[in-house]
Amino acid sequence: METLLHAKREADKAKQEGTREDLRMDVDSSARNSASKETIFDAGSQGKAIKRGGIDKAWQKGVLALLVMVLGVVVLWPLLTLFVRAFWDEQGHFAGLSNFIAYFSTPSLVQSFTNTLYISCMTTILAVALAFLFAYALTRTRMKGKAWFRSIALLPLFAPTMMHGIGLTYLFGNQGLITTGIFGLLPFSWDMELYGATGIVLAEIVYVFPQAYLILAVSLAFADYRLYEAADTLGARGWRKFWTVTIPGVKYGLISSAFVSFTLSFTDFGAPKVVGGQYSVLATDVYKQVIGQQNMTMGATVGLLLIAPALLAFVVDRIVQRKQNAAVTSKSLPYQIKENKLRDTLFFLYCLGVTSLLLLLMGAVVLASFIKVWPYNLTFTLGHYDFSQAAGAGMETLYNSVKIALWTAGIGTVFTFVAAYVLEKMQVWNRLRQAGYFLSVLPLALPGLVIGLAYIFFFNNPANPLHSMYGTIWILVLANVVHFFSVAFITATTALKKLDPEFEAAAESMGIPQYKTFWRVTVPLCLPAIIEMAVYFFINAMVTISAVVFLYAADFKLASVAIVNMDDAGDVAPAAAMSVLIVVINIIARGCAEWISFLLKKRTNKWQER
Amino acid sequence: MTQSYLSIQGVSKRFGLYTALEHVSFAISQHEFICLLGPSGCGKSTLLRILAGLEQPTTGRIELHGQDITTRPPAERGTAMMFQSYALFPNLTVAENVAFGLREKKWTRTAIKEKVAEVLAMVDLEQAGGKYPAQLSGGQQQRVALARAIALAPDVLLLDEPLSALDAKVRQKLRREIRRLHEETGMTTIMVTHDQDEALTMADKIVVMDHGEVVQIGTPEDVYNRPGSPFVADFIGAINFFEGTRFVGHLPDANALLAIRPEHVRLLDHETECGIPAVVESVEFRGSFYRLFLQVQDEQEATIPLRLTIDLPAASAQRMRVKRDQKVLLELPLEKLLVFERDAWKGAG
Repeated sequence: METLLHAKREADKAKQEGTREDLRMDVDSSARNSASKETIFDAGSQGKAIKRGGIDKAWQKGVLALLVMVLGVVVLWPLLTLFVRAFWDEQGHFAGLSNFIAYFSTPSLVQSFTNTLYISCMTTILAVALAFLFAYALTRTRMKGKAWFRSIALLPLFAPTMMHGIGLTYLFGNQGLITTGIFGLLPFSWDMELYGATGIVLAEIVYVFPQAYLILAVSLAFADYRLYEAADTLGARGWRKFWTVTIPGVKYGLISSAFVSFTLSFTDFGAPKVVGGQYSVLATDVYKQVIGQQNMTMGATVGLLLIAPALLAFVVDRIVQRKQNAAVTSKSLPYQIKENKLRDTLFFLYCLGVTSLLLLLMGAVVLASFIKVWPYNLTFTLGHYDFSQAAGAGMETLYNSVKIALWTAGIGTVFTFVAAYVLEKMQVWNRLRQAGYFLSVLPLALPGLVIGLAYIFFFNNPANPLHSMYGTIWILVLANVVHFFSVAFITATTALKKLDPEFEAAAESMGIPQYKTFWRVTVPLCLPAIIEMAVYFFINAMVTISAVVFLYAADFKLASVAIVNMDDAGDVAPAAAMSVLIVVINIIARGCAEWISFLLKKRTNKWQER
Repeated sequence: MTQSYLSIQGVSKRFGLYTALEHVSFAISQHEFICLLGPSGCGKSTLLRILAGLEQPTTGRIELHGQDITTRPPAERGTAMMFQSYALFPNLTVAENVAFGLREKKWTRTAIKEKVAEVLAMVDLEQAGGKYPAQLSGGQQQRVALARAIALAPDVLLLDEPLSALDAKVRQKLRREIRRLHEETGMTTIMVTHDQDEALTMADKIVVMDHGEVVQIGTPEDVYNRPGSPFVADFIGAINFFEGTRFVGHLPDANALLAIRPEHVRLLDHETECGIPAVVESVEFRGSFYRLFLQVQDEQEATIPLRLTIDLPAASAQRMRVKRDQKVLLELPLEKLLVFERDAWKGAG
């Protein structure tokens, strides 16, 4: 998710620059652009045979149409199938709202709806507050150790959400380190009664904290210092400056991070599964309805309820981004951090506290994975890493996950980049391009569970020619690619927008075919973004549970699914061990990406140095 | 010299409802340096892109050497284009950039190498072949882009606002550079610009465009001294417009619109009867000359609704010690007056 926010904001910047550039462009070229998008060349006027220009455009139109069709089939169609299921009954009769009425007249289901709302509200309030302070510390103070704090804050992104739950279990669960006062070593102990709402909220906070932090850090970094100088000259100080300048300046970031936090915690499946106990939420309900009771209709109904906040967030985010564009101008000055020892010390202590807790949580999982029987036999063992005894499916689940993640990264990156290129550079059929763009950002609003569910309905239909994909690894790869498509797409679009729009024309005027320009110029120049996309796909495919939990085949289990199964069966230590392995692999993947980017930078620097 | 080496015949271009070019026709001789000049949105860039084959005209045809090239692909029509942003590929070296188009033509390695060295020498960048574009200054990048276009040895070289991204000093230098290159190679060149100075100093012939139409074609002296319409007069150089039967006795058309360039108005040194009285409203020092803004008066020294701008050589201005509120006498030399029909006025100024 890290790139999500980066990419979005980068996209904003690019948009801004874009508009500025547009203004500079003379009417000539803007007319030319809008025209090449819209007009169909009038071949009849000259009565000539086939035009070369016509062929080129026809080719571009074909590629564009194909892309939009593919996006329609993998994004829109499954979603529509899900909609249909929610409004029809099991026998295939139109049921109107009766499924929803049935839902809201079942007390236990209504209970989980209000439960989910409670969880999400609590998570949002707490996580945004914590993340705001953390982001403020990292952008607006001169404390030491910022890079260190930042990397630890982002650590949860490398882990499946189940791991946060498992960590909490080892700290605050019945046999937890804190609950028992370090196994009775301390004179006091504290039982916070973890299982239920408390545990879920805590786990969700850990899960959404890095995401909220990233959004807020970008907002806080983009302040216009002139406003602070103006406030200073007008004699405003302290809190007044904070409420009149700082908060309004980041309000869109606050809204955005609040929605992201709400949506993520509203739809998360992993944490409630591990620390939820008897406390039911929508995500676990969907799972129970579909996997447990095979009640597809009710599953679809709950699935639609899951989309609601995400769709709302999607719309709000679009509006917010548009507004944010206007907020920072090219004339804005960067924020100057003044000297203030007390402030730096306080924020340092705060960040130290937050990161210590995060490390403690993840450390507990690592520790537990090496201990024989927590808490009775505290001797070191590697036994939990031998998964053959555990209720999961053994070490091959991890290989499967890596395999899926690699395929997702490979296919996802190529497909996403090509899609972004086509939508950016095929200047034909403007309406269709816009439709394609919409389909490309739509997955942002789709929770993984909904994608998984929609894919069951869509692919598990014998009438569907793509039915043969069902139950293979390819449906998992496809679900992951679609699930994480939007963020990678925005990253690619942003990178492409930075390129000189005259490259293609220049190459064409020299007689170089477009694919060659793409290969020799566009791809090399976009390599940093491409690597970023690939590692984003990889890491998310490693940790995700929500979409794949519905789609994996019995003989092809994934590591994240294995964690859930092992934890369910009481094999918590092997579940912890598996989580640790996922984190380690993700850190290695990120490390490789950083290393490659570093090498690339060395090369691209050569393009710049005088 | 063959007449109409390149001829543009009734070219129109419509983008949806918007008409970018309306029936544009003109011909160009070989070895000529043509400037397409006009304000933003006049269609000059669109015309250049049509000549390059990057756009197709809605109607009309283009002939080169008497052959119809309207529908030929960009690389096969004997044109080469240099782009406003240069569009140099930042990941390729200067030499690779120049060679990029040649490779596509399946030249041999050595032939490419020689050609690259040759064109880089032409633009004084022999040493820069191994560098990347970002390592060069703006002016050097511009010359690389030029070399890349020339390398294809086109019949017609197309330049899209080639100097607009450079600062004033470099621009002056590169004007002469491009002109020199043109004279050395004898390549027919068409340059788009919105800068009248650039057009006046560089072109053999200027094609003035407005609202998608060609409004005048002629040598720089032609379009400056004998503008065909108030628009051209106003767009190229500074000019005063006025209705002036009051000052000029015998006009063919009483309703005519008169115009005169600031440097053609004469300030009379000594009291004469035929001078037009005026008061200096403000003075701008422009280095080699002074620009005066005058309020004209009638014989009774009452203000009348006419203001004139005049340029005075620095030496005479200093001799006459012009300053604000000073009273002066003007003369409008008849031979320098431009006369337009009243209806010809549209949107100038």
